[in-house]
Amino acid sequence: MKKIFKRPISLKQVPFRFCPGCGHSLIHRLIAECIDNLGIRERVVGIAPVGCAVFAYDYFNFDILEAPHGRPPATATGLKRAMPDRIIFTYQGDGDLAAIGTAEIIHAANRGENISVFFVNNATYGMTGGQMAPTTLPGQKTTTTPSGRNTKTAGFPLRVSELLSTIEGASYIVRTSVDSYKNLINTKRAIEKSFRYQIEERGFSLVEILSPCPVDWGFTPKDSIIWLRKEMMSVYPLGTLKDKFKGKNKWKKELL
Amino acid sequence: MARILAVSGNEAVAEALRQVNPDVCAAYPITPQTELMQRFASFVSDGIVDTELILVESEHSAMSTCIGASAGGGRVVTATSSQGLALMWEMLYIASGLRLPIVMPVVNRSLSAPINIHCDHSDAMGARDSGWIQLWSENAQEAYDNTLQAFRIAEHMDIRLPVIVCMDGFIIGHSIQRIEYLEDEEVKKFVGEFKPLNPLLDIDNPKSYGPLILPDLYHEYKRAQHEVMTKVKDIVLDVAEEFEKIGGRRYGLFEAYRLDDAETALVILNSAAGTSKDVIDEFRERGIMAGLLKPRLFRPFPYEEVANALKHLKAICVLDRADSFGGYGPLFMEVSSALYQVRERPRMINKIYGLGGRDYLPQHAEQVLSELVEIAKTDKVEIIKEYIGVRE
Repeated sequence: MKKIFKRPISLKQVPFRFCPGCGHSLIHRLIAECIDNLGIRERVVGIAPVGCAVFAYDYFNFDILEAPHGRPPATATGLKRAMPDRIIFTYQGDGDLAAIGTAEIIHAANRGENISVFFVNNATYGMTGGQMAPTTLPGQKTTTTPSGRNTKTAGFPLRVSELLSTIEGASYIVRTSVDSYKNLINTKRAIEKSFRYQIEERGFSLVEILSPCPVDWGFTPKDSIIWLRKEMMSVYPLGTLKDKFKGKNKWKKELL
Repeated sequence: MARILAVSGNEAVAEALRQVNPDVCAAYPITPQTELMQRFASFVSDGIVDTELILVESEHSAMSTCIGASAGGGRVVTATSSQGLALMWEMLYIASGLRLPIVMPVVNRSLSAPINIHCDHSDAMGARDSGWIQLWSENAQEAYDNTLQAFRIAEHMDIRLPVIVCMDGFIIGHSIQRIEYLEDEEVKKFVGEFKPLNPLLDIDNPKSYGPLILPDLYHEYKRAQHEVMTKVKDIVLDVAEEFEKIGGRRYGLFEAYRLDDAETALVILNSAAGTSKDVIDEFRERGIMAGLLKPRLFRPFPYEEVANALKHLKAICVLDRADSFGGYGPLFMEVSSALYQVRERPRMINKIYGLGGRDYLPQHAEQVLSELVEIAKTDKVEIIKEYIGVRE
């Protein structure tokens, strides 16, 4: 019988240790599948964040550099400039990218750095146990906003992708989700496109991925998917926010 | 009547902050401090305190927010650990240079790289020269008591300096211990009303904080910071004396444990001192004259008092839960400097222990004390600095 489904070689033969219903393992797999498909595993260096995805080096079967909290885009900049023939991506949560590292992501985008950023938005600080993040929804209960986020004192959900799409240096900004099979396929396409843009030296790209955090949201994995669709997607609508090269996506195969 | 409870170190310090009811608090989570600010956030949310809580986006902003609030004339707190304290580095010097009485519990954790969330003292030792007062705490009770005293010390009109209160991450921060809380009224009376000094927005007396000072006066400004630090010791002792009247627990610049008639001693900070004291008792039972000195006020360092407490010994070991790579451990350097000024001094060794949460076990204290007995006998030191509890 023909084997039609297998573990990507870009993932190590180890089980994921994320919480039940967490989106990280899906996103890790999608990234690994794209790297396999493009045949770039030996050219890839990933930047691991601080947060739940800090253990990226335990799962990905290629080189990983661990950066301080919020600094992956700056670290990736240095790495890419030093080794322009390598494929560099950062994997960052909303605590990393949208809070402590806001400056780094804006300036990496503004310089049009030729890197791929995979931004996992779960509307909370997951690793530290569910505190309010800048991406937390109004009224959302977290451990630091037990009565719900009050926009008068704690601000509004920060739409990083919309913000970055106004920056001239950014080439491709898209928001996807991992709540359904269809959206998983769309996320995979976006990740692959981001890698292709980098391979073709088209500059900065970012894929924001809405991802459930059942444990910190206090829902079952199933209910967290419902909450993600109903509440998160109305604040963070899915879709392509910017594509400088729209309609010019005939890939140069020889580059792969 | 004191309330006796079983709580974690983080919970105890959060309770101290609730009783103090500060004006402004900037919070940003970091393991192992997270629980502390989280508990305080629930006090704010429940309306139990009137504190203006600001959920900032980084520790860099947390300390900047504290600086603004403190210069504006408020009683201000935040808390952090590890990388958080490291990210505040720039702001730490500004808070102390502007003489702002901010109080900050630091739940000690190691520094990256490699990333590690467990206890050592590298974070606070990195802030050693920042001009902040540092109080260290062996257990939850001391962390609670030191936090309350920190407000009195920081806000003292003769000094007005920021204070860090250290406790060991996880070992104390997350462990449930017996604690005696003071009554809210007692705390309120002890801490007193916050008195702003030269606050901003005093329209009749406009002022600037932190203007440019070039070589003509910067040197004098820094000397003034040194001068004010020399006053801290007495204030720490006065506050401790007053605290003893209500809390019944006695604090000094350091704790001297069975030291007066000792021949050998350990010098060690925070929770590991507790482990060591048990071992010292065992050695005493075997007729070995061992003792211990546990610094409480690390900055400013009480050089003369420490030297006086240790000078009669034959051999001492300073144990550091932090390293200065290529140098001796930071506590060893202080104790050596203190003892250099006395003519007759003990032989000294330095052991680095417990980095990144490596357990400090009673047998480590036994091993070190046995080595000290040998040094006292032979008057010979083979190796000055060594790692203990390390896998070879």
